[in-house]
Amino acid sequence: MPLTAAQPNVRVVTLKIDNRDLSAREDETLLEVCREHQIPVPSLCYLEGLSLWAGCRLCMVELVGQNRLVAACSTRVAEGMVIQTDSPRLQRYRRTLVELLFAERNHVCSVCVSNGHCELQTLAQRLGVDHVRFSYRQVHYHLDSSHELFRLDHNRCILCTRCVRVCDEIEGAHAWDVMGRGGQCQIISDLATPWGESETCTSCGKCVQVCPTGALVKQGTSAGEMVKDQHFLPILARRRHAR
Amino acid sequence: MHLDDLAELAARHRAEETHEQEIRVCVAASCQSSGSLPVLEALKEACATQGNGRCKVKGVGCMGLCSAGPLVAVAERDAELNSSLLYRNVTPVDAPEILASLQGPPVERLRCPTDQPFFQQQVRIVLERSGLIDPESLPEAIVHGGYSALIQTITEMTPAEVIREVTASGLRGRGGAGYPTGLKWSTVAKMPSAQKYVICNADEGDPGAFMDRAVLESDPHRVLEGMAIAAYAIGASKGYIYVRAEYPLAVARLETAIRAARRAGFLGARVADTPFAFDIDLRLGAGAFVCGEETALMASIEGLRGQPRPRPPYPAESGLWGCPTLINNVETFANIAPIIRKGGAWFAQIGTEGSKGTKVFALAGRIKNTGLIEVPMGITLRAIIEEISGGIPDGKRFKAVQTGGPSGGCIPEQYLDTPVDYDSLKTLGTIMGSGGMIVIDETASMVDVARFFMEFCMSESCGKCIPCRTGTWQMHALLEKIARGAGTDEDLALLEELCEVVRAMSLCGLGQTAPNPVLSTLRYFRHEYEAKLRA
Ligand SMILES: Cc1cc2nc3c(=O)[nH]c(=O)nc-3n(C[C@H](O)[C@H](O)[C@H](O)COP(=O)(O)O)c2cc1C
Ligand code: SF4
Ligand code: SF4
Ligand code: SF4
Ligand code: FES
Ligand code: FES
Repeated sequence: MPLTAAQPNVRVVTLKIDNRDLSAREDETLLEVCREHQIPVPSLCYLEGLSLWAGCRLCMVELVGQNRLVAACSTRVAEGMVIQTDSPRLQRYRRTLVELLFAERNHVCSVCVSNGHCELQTLAQRLGVDHVRFSYRQVHYHLDSSHELFRLDHNRCILCTRCVRVCDEIEGAHAWDVMGRGGQCQIISDLATPWGESETCTSCGKCVQVCPTGALVKQGTSAGEMVKDQHFLPILARRRHAR
Repeated sequence: MHLDDLAELAARHRAEETHEQEIRVCVAASCQSSGSLPVLEALKEACATQGNGRCKVKGVGCMGLCSAGPLVAVAERDAELNSSLLYRNVTPVDAPEILASLQGPPVERLRCPTDQPFFQQQVRIVLERSGLIDPESLPEAIVHGGYSALIQTITEMTPAEVIREVTASGLRGRGGAGYPTGLKWSTVAKMPSAQKYVICNADEGDPGAFMDRAVLESDPHRVLEGMAIAAYAIGASKGYIYVRAEYPLAVARLETAIRAARRAGFLGARVADTPFAFDIDLRLGAGAFVCGEETALMASIEGLRGQPRPRPPYPAESGLWGCPTLINNVETFANIAPIIRKGGAWFAQIGTEGSKGTKVFALAGRIKNTGLIEVPMGITLRAIIEEISGGIPDGKRFKAVQTGGPSGGCIPEQYLDTPVDYDSLKTLGTIMGSGGMIVIDETASMVDVARFFMEFCMSESCGKCIPCRTGTWQMHALLEKIARGAGTDEDLALLEELCEVVRAMSLCGLGQTAPNPVLSTLRYFRHEYEAKLRA
């Protein structure tokens, strides 16, 4: 295909985000446009290169005039849209969501190997979450150290399913899945067997790199040491699609 | 096949059956659980020995007053329920006496009067054949009008005409949200696609609701007929009924009905000898409330984890396997055949301006008559609670009526004269929902009511999104704390804030509506919450 050929039938729309007039291709999502223009919309489950999950709800933005909230990652742009991404109401809601996450499992950052390199922690700091008003659920989750290279700590998992998607969609192994529902949800490898006994895992490490928290880490890292690298993902994903 | 052929079929079946009187035994789930099958057997036996050959004993669907079951009706052939002799709490030993009464006076000690408001105030459209016909007999359905609407549509009407009729009826979806059915059909019809699907949502997960189950157990053919008409109207060739596996009787009767309809040519490659092709398969759900949500339901049919996805795209645009899909509730489909037979204008005369037709409700809670009713939209709550349901027993006072299940709310006494329609209920902070109605008397605590529904939402949340998964857990914990008398002002404030966040931020209807029972009890019974707070 010649590089100059215009995509047929894809039009450009104009919209207003945080009082800025912007244009976008009509098949883009609000989050993509925001990222492109460096408008910071928080997100935990979205990752460029992976399929849409739309579960963390942190990217919700206000559709001005309708007083309605929409998820930026799963909403297409439309002509004439007026969007507010950082109203006081949204800030309050997002803080509440992060508090709910902290109360759901155990996120004691000071002893976490991802301390300082954790997306949840960064988000909490950015949103100004300095205490949690909710009671802690106090469920004890186990730690799976059976894999020779990696470790899974359910206590730090926020169920964003990035690991599930990267392993299925990029690595093609589908070693991870979700078991149970509601508060009983858990990430499992294969049919809920220890990771080390997994017959599908290729030990590629992609899930560890995309995990936003200290839930999936390398063995042998101690507090604050686990740095993650996700830049491979969009590149791999683009190459896949080009094929 | 034409309408004349269908009439001939019906006439032939009538000629084969020579009985003049019928003894109808309810064999729907509720009456079966109170022992109606042995009653049926005993009556059949008694009929064989005592009968005069002009009487037939048969199993039928729900007659409505389930709390008085097993119910047995003695009637002239084809006579309506209201003009039959009804017996309540029948046991097998009563059989000879009931049979003897065919020639003599009725068995007074078993009488259940049908001139009471419970029977007289109902208008039966969806339930027109429920309690009248044997749900396992296709000929009986045909004798009572079954499949005539389907034949009429595919031989005499264009798809556009069918949709016009449904639109003119003003029918709104009975699955909860009340979306205009005609509009939904025309949207799917307009989608350009060679492959389209029709889905019947028979998941019915609301606690206390059993309307759809009763329809499927009592008259499965009307649901198949409604689906086939829909398929013709929108251009689909394949349908699914998603029914929960906890409804084994409904599943069995659906299987029987589908097989019979196929054999008779009402489903299959050439429906009624026309080029129209349509077939239906059953899909059994394991029984998760969230699988009633349309996108989760479709994922489940596709063999995936039953979890919602964001809409748009709506199923009408991209549904099952990415194809345009029409998804309607059981009761919605059950309304279709009468609308075609009698016309959309006829249907639109019943009910109110914004809510046409009738609604089936499952009455439960602190009332004398619990069971299934079908009433015209616009009837007042007072008429339902004080007259039809016979009022509150044991001299207790009415406190509230809960409608709409976990997505709905409570209505206190001062609004009892409100007409039952989609918009009025919404103004009161609740919803019509799928038709569960739970009456609460003065002995109940409204905080407990809210806690009950929150516990349901908490354990039924699919866990995909943060606000619903963990928000409902926290709300339940706060409600429990308050109910225990250990709550503080801050707890109540936190509860209210969570209501706002969970409602605004959740991905699907489950989370978005989970706060409703709390919000509505707070709206009318805030004093009960405050009274429980620790000073
Ligand atoms: C959590 C949840 C549960 C639902 N459960 C049901 C159900 O059991 N039966 C049903 O017909 N609709 C249910 N619905 C509504 C359906 O998603 C859908 O709107 C309906 O089946 C459309 O049919 P209708 O237009 O005929 O009402 C549910 C919705 C939600 C959000
Ligand atoms: S290491 Fe690779 S293959 Fe193994 S679970 Fe993680 S992503 Fe999948
Ligand atoms: S293990 Fe990590 S990537 Fe996987 S769901 Fe949990 S937080 Fe997300
Ligand atoms: S609102 Fe609840 S049920 Fe719906 S997607 Fe979110 S977690 Fe699942
Ligand atoms: S990033 Fe949009 S919901 Fe998670
Ligand atoms: S189940 Fe028999 S009357 Fe309802």
